[in-house]
Amino acid sequence: MTRRDGPGNLTVVDRGSSVTVRGLASLVVANLRLYVREPIGTFFTLAFPVMFVLIFGAIYGNEPQDMFDGYGSMDISMPAYTALILGSVGLLGVAINTSSYREAGILRRFRMTPLRPLVYIAADVTANLIMTLTGMVGVLVVGWLLYRVRFEGQAVSVFLAVILSGTAMFAVGYLIAGLAPNARAAQVIGMVVLYPMLFLSGAAIPLEVMPDSVRTISDYLPLTYVVRLLRGLWFGEPWGSLLLETGVLVGVLVICTAIAVRLFRWE
Amino acid sequence: MGLGADMVAPIEVRNLRRTYGDVVAVDGISFEVAEGEIFGLVGPNGAGKTTTIECIEGLRRPTAGQVRLLAMDPSTERRVVAERIGVQLQESALPSRLHVEEALALFGSFYRRSINVDDLLELLALTEKRKTAFAKLSGGQKQRLFIALALVNGPELVFFDELTTGLDPQARRSMWDLVRQIRDRGCTVVITTHYMEEAERLCDRVMIVDRGRIVALDTPEALIDSLNVDKRIVFGLPEGQDVASLTSLSAVSRVEQNDERVLVYGHGDRFTGAVVNALEDTGVPFTDLRTEQPNLEDVFLSLTGREMRE
Repeated sequence: MTRRDGPGNLTVVDRGSSVTVRGLASLVVANLRLYVREPIGTFFTLAFPVMFVLIFGAIYGNEPQDMFDGYGSMDISMPAYTALILGSVGLLGVAINTSSYREAGILRRFRMTPLRPLVYIAADVTANLIMTLTGMVGVLVVGWLLYRVRFEGQAVSVFLAVILSGTAMFAVGYLIAGLAPNARAAQVIGMVVLYPMLFLSGAAIPLEVMPDSVRTISDYLPLTYVVRLLRGLWFGEPWGSLLLETGVLVGVLVICTAIAVRLFRWE
Repeated sequence: MGLGADMVAPIEVRNLRRTYGDVVAVDGISFEVAEGEIFGLVGPNGAGKTTTIECIEGLRRPTAGQVRLLAMDPSTERRVVAERIGVQLQESALPSRLHVEEALALFGSFYRRSINVDDLLELLALTEKRKTAFAKLSGGQKQRLFIALALVNGPELVFFDELTTGLDPQARRSMWDLVRQIRDRGCTVVITTHYMEEAERLCDRVMIVDRGRIVALDTPEALIDSLNVDKRIVFGLPEGQDVASLTSLSAVSRVEQNDERVLVYGHGDRFTGAVVNALEDTGVPFTDLRTEQPNLEDVFLSLTGREMRE
């Protein structure tokens, strides 16, 4: 598959038809590398959630509580902090990254290649999911080491729920990137949407400690359904009893993707 | 162009027109680019160069007219075309923390064929910078990296958009050498520029565009010759010496002598040689002889009545 070429002695690699898979794989690897080199992104995905475990663990401990059906505060925080990572990666990471790549002309450079737009987005989503899962593992390891947190569900179900929730949150991020005129605006919109939602959805602080008025608001926030779905599956509830949560997230995914595709601009 | 029946020009543009609302960016232009030439698109900013290139690359659809790129319709066969062409963009960037060699490997992976990363690094003199992040490169190094990216698939045709903008004169000259090397490898090169000197030195043929139309299309020499403006030879001469006899040469139209400076006006290919020979023969002690020629800048001025300005 390698041969010498023409007058300049440049070695040419000929790959035939495997180019889509190869392009996808190398773009995922490149995205992960860039992720790790970017201290702010790494902080929000990996360090920030672990910090939550340490701080709120120190405050509340993990004693079983009636309010949480006999689970401890840290037990129920494991799925909640996973939702927190998904929300911040989607609404801040995806939104800011996509719009700043567009603003800098990076998307324009990709557009000149045979790379399909869908492959570009698939690579972005995959890298973000891998980072999210890594952040989740970090939270779990610290939670288990310090508090022996409980997990009573099926790993496969939780994994699938993370993928569904992740793609739904990332779709919101692409939507914000499409709406925002520039990277700065995307960052502001992302923060304005994300930060209240983190605290009103149960991702950062359990809704059980919140007044009823807050719970009413939470019913209208997509991240609330991520928290509920993950928490339900985490403690062994079947998908059948989580149809509302699943349906809302599928709806967010479909609607946001449809609009984001229309709004998507390479430059 | 001397193309045989079996050879199709890499680029064929017929009556290309592109409007944005009421604004006519490209107003019905037709031209061909021949295989293996360095073809220059020249004109002031806003002349329609970029729109023309983007229609050829398939990034924009023409409002009217046809574009054939490598015998294909670039707007409907974008991905097939993208496999075979290379593009260096004026306004683009890479992720700031992506290293040079990673960028080349990444972009190479998007194509069916790609050039070995080490070979590209060597060709563009970037080997020492292979592990440097994009954001830490100088302007010239970034430009070289973008050229490497344009060549990563071993293209048959490359587009360079304002290749040397922002480079110092020395870097600009080495960039011209590089473009010639690329062409010598068998690649057709299309450049856009608003430096007339660049077009004159580098391009086999130059198309001057103004207000969406072609105002001239020919070799730089032919364009300059078509001006019918005299060349000028300037030299120094000690007082008391006389060179009035030069007027007897057929290539010379007039001679001006003031103090210790002589200006000789004339035309034709033999002009410079004839004057220098005559000076040598008469044995006058002339000094600092140089020739001044009309250039593409003058061509543009004469064709449009305006100066080329950035």
